[in-house]
Amino acid sequence: MQSSRFDSPLTPYFLLLPQMAIIAVFFLWPAAEAIWSSFFLEDPFFGTRTFVGFENYVEALSSADYRRAAWFTAIFTLIVALGSLALGMWLAVAADNVLRGRSAYKTILMWVYAIAPPVAGLIGVMLFDQHIGPLVDFVGLFGHEMKVGVNWWDTAIAMMIVATWKQIPYNFIFVLSGLQSIPNSVREAAAIDCRSSVRRFWTVIFPLLAPTTFFLLVINITYALFETFGIIDLMVKGEPGNNPKTLVYKVFLDGFRGNDLGGSSAQSVILMILVLVLTIAQFRLLERRIHYK
Amino acid sequence: MKTLDIRNVVKRYPNGTLAVKGVNVAVEEGELVVFVGPSGCGKSTLLRMIAGLEDVTEGEIELAGRVVNDIEPAERNIAMVFQNYALYPHMTVRGNLSYGLRNRGLPKDEIARKVAEAARILQIEEYLDRKPRQLSGGQRQRVAMGRAIVRDPAIFLFDEPLSNLDAKLRNQMRLELKQLQRRLRTAAIYVTHDQVEAMTLADRIVVLNAGEVEQIGTPEEVYESPASTFVAGFIGAPPMNLLEVVVEGGVALVGGERVAVASRHAGPAILGIRPERVQIDPEGAHEMEVEAVEELGATRLVHARLGNQPFTITQDAREARPGDRFRVTIPPGEVSLFDRGTGRRI
Ligand SMILES: Nc1ncnc2c1ncn2[C@@H]1O[C@H](COP(=O)(O)OP(=O)(O)OP(=O)(O)O)[C@@H](O)[C@H]1O
Ligand SMILES: [Mg+2]
Repeated sequence: MQSSRFDSPLTPYFLLLPQMAIIAVFFLWPAAEAIWSSFFLEDPFFGTRTFVGFENYVEALSSADYRRAAWFTAIFTLIVALGSLALGMWLAVAADNVLRGRSAYKTILMWVYAIAPPVAGLIGVMLFDQHIGPLVDFVGLFGHEMKVGVNWWDTAIAMMIVATWKQIPYNFIFVLSGLQSIPNSVREAAAIDCRSSVRRFWTVIFPLLAPTTFFLLVINITYALFETFGIIDLMVKGEPGNNPKTLVYKVFLDGFRGNDLGGSSAQSVILMILVLVLTIAQFRLLERRIHYK
Repeated sequence: MKTLDIRNVVKRYPNGTLAVKGVNVAVEEGELVVFVGPSGCGKSTLLRMIAGLEDVTEGEIELAGRVVNDIEPAERNIAMVFQNYALYPHMTVRGNLSYGLRNRGLPKDEIARKVAEAARILQIEEYLDRKPRQLSGGQRQRVAMGRAIVRDPAIFLFDEPLSNLDAKLRNQMRLELKQLQRRLRTAAIYVTHDQVEAMTLADRIVVLNAGEVEQIGTPEEVYESPASTFVAGFIGAPPMNLLEVVVEGGVALVGGERVAVASRHAGPAILGIRPERVQIDPEGAHEMEVEAVEELGATRLVHARLGNQPFTITQDAREARPGDRFRVTIPPGEVSLFDRGTGRRI
């Protein structure tokens, strides 16, 4: 790559200033604010603050409610991340077999990704609606009356299905382009070396997709942790009750519904650390991403 | 006995392209047959049908005594070497060699023995634990060959396997490949568009043009008596001189020149004579003027005209300058005649 030169060494920084300002205003400042307030106990009625050190963290981490949410988040994330990867991959392999080189299908499946998460959530909610939801009717055929937003299990399962569904196209697109970058002759060599197409997939295609798969897993985990807020909010209809909730959603509930700004800040700082770890992992992966010829 | 018998094979691609138009070829046991022809003539298509990588539209392919039209590539008992080698990038050289054997469920010690044997023959023992990306082009090529020979196939299929190598390595590998094939006594088909490669490797050459067989024969037959003007122009560098003539009573008329031919044909025809078979002879019947000279080192090509049609002569180390005049003799026994309409040999 060609490196550009500037007249003054300060010019690049000057040019970066608007971007930096945006990052500062919308990210650094709120983050600093969160870290700061996580060390205080705030009285919402009198607007007074008391410094409490790490007490908010200790309280958050030791509360049963937090641990339940953490467990749910872990399982939710695992299922959504692996589920959307597996389904996206399955569809991509099918599409790749049928339509080598044609793009019509890809476009159609992209549409799903173009739908904003709240809309996907809304459609998901409709699918699981008590009165008009076709999935509720379908489950009803087996003698179970689904009550999403009321029954813990029903809500948890519906959340996972909708969150997974929304992430499938993203996985599909990446896996499909990964599949298409595998040279045809390598597939053909494998067809001569191995008669079982299933075995060929697991011994040749899947290992060659490994970089894409790792990348998608990290993306999916980040998504399941942080970007499913809209879907969850629509599912529980703003009434947490005894519904399952993820850690991100709990930050929102405790801060804005429970008015516990200190505790909510402490929780969001914990999540920030998690994001940091994930981001580092992601960069490491991207750097090391193996490029096969 | 025939190892491979291709009968009336036709290939029409789904988009309508008729790539192979009824081809008949047989490969005898242990024979090395080269498919040669210009780009797009259907060589790869034919080879891929033998491998089972393309469906056969019409006709039959019989390999080692059974019709394989509907048999999966893995069960045809063939081995293929691809132009870009197509090694498995995530496996070591050892993994690449043993993959097919492992899938066939061979015992571990037998696999190890076969891999060691192939690695020894191809001198790739030191690289067995490397990944393909850690190898040079020539080394990858050897691995690709190794992957083919461990299979012990009924026939080897090579699709321009040397075209990604530099000229020197290509010549060396060509020789090695031929020796290897001789030693294994396994039938092989080698696809190339390079006629020099075809001539040097082949037991028999199949010249293909636009999806049809133009000629099948030993390199000598194809060179000495090309079956058509296409073969005459394709095989040999420089190609055969082809002149439009009218033949009458054993003499071909080219412009004002009279060339004796050993043929009873009468009427319009195309006369072919190899540039190196024309003799420079002060007593010769035809006088011509040097128009241009191409230096090739050991020989030189002299471009001139005979009866106002372009005419090339290969001459060894003698002086020739544009403008010089000289005389030649065209030996009647070296002349081929072709039909003007169909281009077939008369
Ligand atoms: N998958 C395909 N679909 C449609 N047409 C094809 C396909 N593959 C090849 N063809 C056409 O079939 C004809 C023969 O192609 P083929 O690849 O066999 O040529 P070739 O003799 O191997 O040429 P080259 O020396 O360039 O490799 C060409 O006209 C080509 O365009
Ligand atoms: Mg080809």
